[in-house]
Amino acid sequence: MRVALVLQEVWTGLRRNLSMAVAVVLVTFISLTFVGAAVLLQMQITQMKGFWYDRAQVAVYFCNDIDQTETCSQAAATPEQIQAVEDALAGPAVAQYVDGVEFEDRDAAYARFMEQFGGTTTAEFATADTMNEALWVSPVTPADADVVAEATAGLPGVLEVRDQRALLEPIFSVLNTASLAAVGIAVLMLVAAVLLIATTIRLSAFSRRRELGIMRLVGASNRFIQTPFILEGVVAALVGSLLAAGAIVALVQGVLQGYVAQTLRTVAVVSLDDALLVAPGLVAFGVLFAGLAAAVAIRRYLKV
Amino acid sequence: MIRFDAVSKTYPRSARAALTDVSLEVAKGEFVFLVGASGSGKSTLIRMVLREEQPSKGEIHVLGQRLRSIPSRKVPYFRRNLGVVFQDFRLLRSKTVYENVAFTLQVLGKSRGFISEAVPDVLKVVGLAGKSSRLPHELSGGEQQRVAIARAVVNKPPILLADEPTGNLDPATSAGIMALLARINESGTTVVMATHDSSIVDAMQKRVVELDAGRVMRDELVGSYTTTSPVPVVDEPTSLGAAR
Repeated sequence: MRVALVLQEVWTGLRRNLSMAVAVVLVTFISLTFVGAAVLLQMQITQMKGFWYDRAQVAVYFCNDIDQTETCSQAAATPEQIQAVEDALAGPAVAQYVDGVEFEDRDAAYARFMEQFGGTTTAEFATADTMNEALWVSPVTPADADVVAEATAGLPGVLEVRDQRALLEPIFSVLNTASLAAVGIAVLMLVAAVLLIATTIRLSAFSRRRELGIMRLVGASNRFIQTPFILEGVVAALVGSLLAAGAIVALVQGVLQGYVAQTLRTVAVVSLDDALLVAPGLVAFGVLFAGLAAAVAIRRYLKV
Repeated sequence: MIRFDAVSKTYPRSARAALTDVSLEVAKGEFVFLVGASGSGKSTLIRMVLREEQPSKGEIHVLGQRLRSIPSRKVPYFRRNLGVVFQDFRLLRSKTVYENVAFTLQVLGKSRGFISEAVPDVLKVVGLAGKSSRLPHELSGGEQQRVAIARAVVNKPPILLADEPTGNLDPATSAGIMALLARINESGTTVVMATHDSSIVDAMQKRVVELDAGRVMRDELVGSYTTTSPVPVVDEPTSLGAAR
């Protein structure tokens, strides 16, 4: 009986303040979509890091005849120097961080270079002689790359040690910034949602002050009076967060899986499973958040 | 049932006290008129019984409970023991007569079966048996007040408070309402009614408490609206001065 009565009150309240309810729905919808997007972006970053860092190697380039840097001074690295670097990597302190070492001679480097840049202007000036011999070192974990770099840099005949992770950093920092921006927008929208819910409750309490007075008169408990107001906010937020959850799933399924994954086959994008994991979280967050906002607003505007 | 011990009340933004040193006791089953001019403190007294206001000084006991010691979240449960009727009826305009009366019981969480028995019963008592599906604006003022009384007593409260219940009604209708209140009183409910309708008070021959500027001027067991005995029955506060 009382549940039916409370639900009836909620329904009347939502209908009476329809425009405000719609505003709450839209604002929670947009804010939670941004929250979801930020979470998915972070997931994407983690996934890409996992994918690329596993493949990232440390390249130890050796001097050739034309290099004019201080360490080389136009003298190609001797086989002994190369051997010394290999020994250093196989040494007891470093070996535990090294998964594999592969030597690449000038012809192999040239072939790989032509594969990457063939047809461009740079490629016209490249010959096998201009390439550097290199050791491609695979660290055991991405973090071990630093140890490898430290152990080899500065050894005689070494031109440069390049950690491939460094090349990926800009991509991740762009993605990271994007997700921070999404979080920022989400926070602003959530503030708007809280204020909207508070205003809705204020209006709702005002338009229902007659009923509220009578309820108090006949001895309705505070909880009984307050619950419809809280539920009103929660129901509106629930609709908004369901829309947001739907939008996130649709975004991942339609745009990421349907377009990006098909176009950029080498990039692993977040899957539908990830989106389905985020969606219920968004709904729970939205409902909890609205409930809290409503409870606080009621304490302020609904003196019982 | 209701006891005021030297109660004073001053509203925050008012220099004059609404009630000054009021002591009063209402026994079970009594019918008490509170009379006095507007602003004499009748409504304040009723609001204090409802614990809508707290006294600035003194203690109030209602139904054996010290009102000051009831925490505000328990106040709704306390109020379920009191029926209240006002001059302006305070009915829900969008609900029918039946729904208005049933609302009280719904709020208190009574079962559907109980409500469907209790509401027609009480509507019969107040003489509105055939009008349960009407909306308030389709009823006369007297009928609306009967709905309000039905709502106030449907829960069978031991005390019924009425603040100017006949204030908006013509004399004939008022007499009907008073007959109803008297009947409710006869069934054992204590009734406290604030009014400045002298003909009603004179006709009923019940206890009369007169307030003037927040003080009890007169308390007669069988009184009329205007003073009948030359000497007031209440203790004069001047005795304090004599003791000094």
